[in-house]
Amino acid sequence: MQPVQPLQSVTSAHTDRSLQLTLFIVSLVTASVLGLIVLFIFRETLPALSGPGMLRFVTDESWHPLENQFGMLPMLWGTLASTALAIFLATPLGIGAALFCRYFAPRPIVRPFRALITLLAGISSVVFGFWGLTVLVPLIARFEPPGASLLAASLILTIMILPTVALMSEAAINSVPESYSGGAAALGLSKGATIRQVILPAAKSGIFAAVILATARALGETMAVLMVSGNVVQTPGSLFDPIRTLTANIALEMAYATQFHRSTLFVSGLVLTFVIAALAIAAHRVEHRAGSHHAA
Amino acid sequence: MVIQNLRLPFLDSCVALLAACAVLLSAPDASAQEKQDKKLTITGASTAAPLVAEIAKRFESANPGVRVDVQTGGSSRGVNDARSGVSDIGMVSRALSKEEKDLKSFLIANDGMSVILHKTNPVQALTREQVIDIYTGKISNWKEVGGKDQKITVVNKAEGRSTLELFLAFFKLNNRDIKAQVVVGDNQQGVKTVAGNPGAIGYVSIGTAEFEVENGQPLKLLPLGGIAATTANVRNGSFPLARPINIVTKNEPLGLVKKFVDFAQSTAVTDLVKEQYFVPPAR
Repeated sequence: MQPVQPLQSVTSAHTDRSLQLTLFIVSLVTASVLGLIVLFIFRETLPALSGPGMLRFVTDESWHPLENQFGMLPMLWGTLASTALAIFLATPLGIGAALFCRYFAPRPIVRPFRALITLLAGISSVVFGFWGLTVLVPLIARFEPPGASLLAASLILTIMILPTVALMSEAAINSVPESYSGGAAALGLSKGATIRQVILPAAKSGIFAAVILATARALGETMAVLMVSGNVVQTPGSLFDPIRTLTANIALEMAYATQFHRSTLFVSGLVLTFVIAALAIAAHRVEHRAGSHHAA
Repeated sequence: MVIQNLRLPFLDSCVALLAACAVLLSAPDASAQEKQDKKLTITGASTAAPLVAEIAKRFESANPGVRVDVQTGGSSRGVNDARSGVSDIGMVSRALSKEEKDLKSFLIANDGMSVILHKTNPVQALTREQVIDIYTGKISNWKEVGGKDQKITVVNKAEGRSTLELFLAFFKLNNRDIKAQVVVGDNQQGVKTVAGNPGAIGYVSIGTAEFEVENGQPLKLLPLGGIAATTANVRNGSFPLARPINIVTKNEPLGLVKKFVDFAQSTAVTDLVKEQYFVPPAR
């Protein structure tokens, strides 16, 4: 460890001020980009929302924009179902991988294992989609055609969000003070009991944040899902039914949509924005409650 | 490579979004007026627009100072704009009707479409009625049309695609009546989906299908009405599921318009026509 350098008080005031200004501008730019995007989406949805009434997006039975059918609910269910299933699979796998890495992995494989997971996080979604389309979908089709399905979409999403859950959970577990596990060991608790009773509860909010971030990524994922989900607009009745997600809908039709059709696609975008905003608010609430419990 | 061939429509829309933000922030260009005589406006069919835009790009770099503005809005808009003089050239992705014969039309490409099956599928041909019954879900197993006992996977195109439009018009179907198991975006995805599923049936641009078969994809192009689905048969006009891509002008083209029309019909753009999966006309 290097000894901490004493602060150079003569220059620090000046540096602080320019740093503050720079950071302020950077934050302002970030925030206004987000603001502009939301504003833009709202503006583009105006023709669709002011025209035939918003209820149509809920009451129309299906999505045939060229035949004036704008039912969006099946796609919303498709989005939520694929994301829920992916989270259901990725959460235990990710936490398991993190615990394995921290407590059970033999020393020589810890680093390569972590590097592998980090690498997985860096692979672009179109590559996952391509792999899914040429390997996973034909594999599922062998048992239950057509193969492109809710299951395929969920599995691809699981692989994509697994690194997020694993790496962030590991960070949360690592930040649990050493003294906790030391104390547990002193009380004679087994490794398993220490993890269950001490480590996981202490790392709970960090793991929860990991799951929320992973959920947001799964909701917003487009290319990979587009390639493996079949894109049929229908409420999924089984794992093997093809689905279309809201993001895939935008990507599929935007390039060729005009006027009103185009505007309705922005409505899909708006719905998605609302879902993610609701998620963020819910996450904030839950975390807040967890925080106040700690204080009590 | 294959991955590069996959179009990323979402990227397009992101770019559009950024561009729209930029437009919101910038003032309109006032100097556009003085460039009038160096500017061409082309409007019409969205099928033809990507190809014409590529041709326009090459035309611009061959003629410095010239600006070509390509806008979509359907074949009818192409006809109306050319007739009313709103645009210099219209794009029309069909043959002109009798009432439209007052316009001068110039063929720049042909668009043909083929029904494709997996190579291992023993079915050699389907009648028009069989294709319709398969796509509307009345036939759901290949053994009903002389194939193996295997479930049919119907691959359809996403709404708004011109291939879907052509397919629906040819088989006189409503998209609402189609019972698809997979909906794909572009030709590439259609090819990959059928190639990966022995029970699948789909339709793609003939140019794409031929290219992919040459590159070893396990596909089979079905003949239609006894005529083989080949680019040669699209070019000579015998293949039924095809349409011409025309550009039209109100009068006999002159000056810059004539230069562009000649350029779009010349062999200098043959590679662009092929790149967009169209069939170059016989020259």
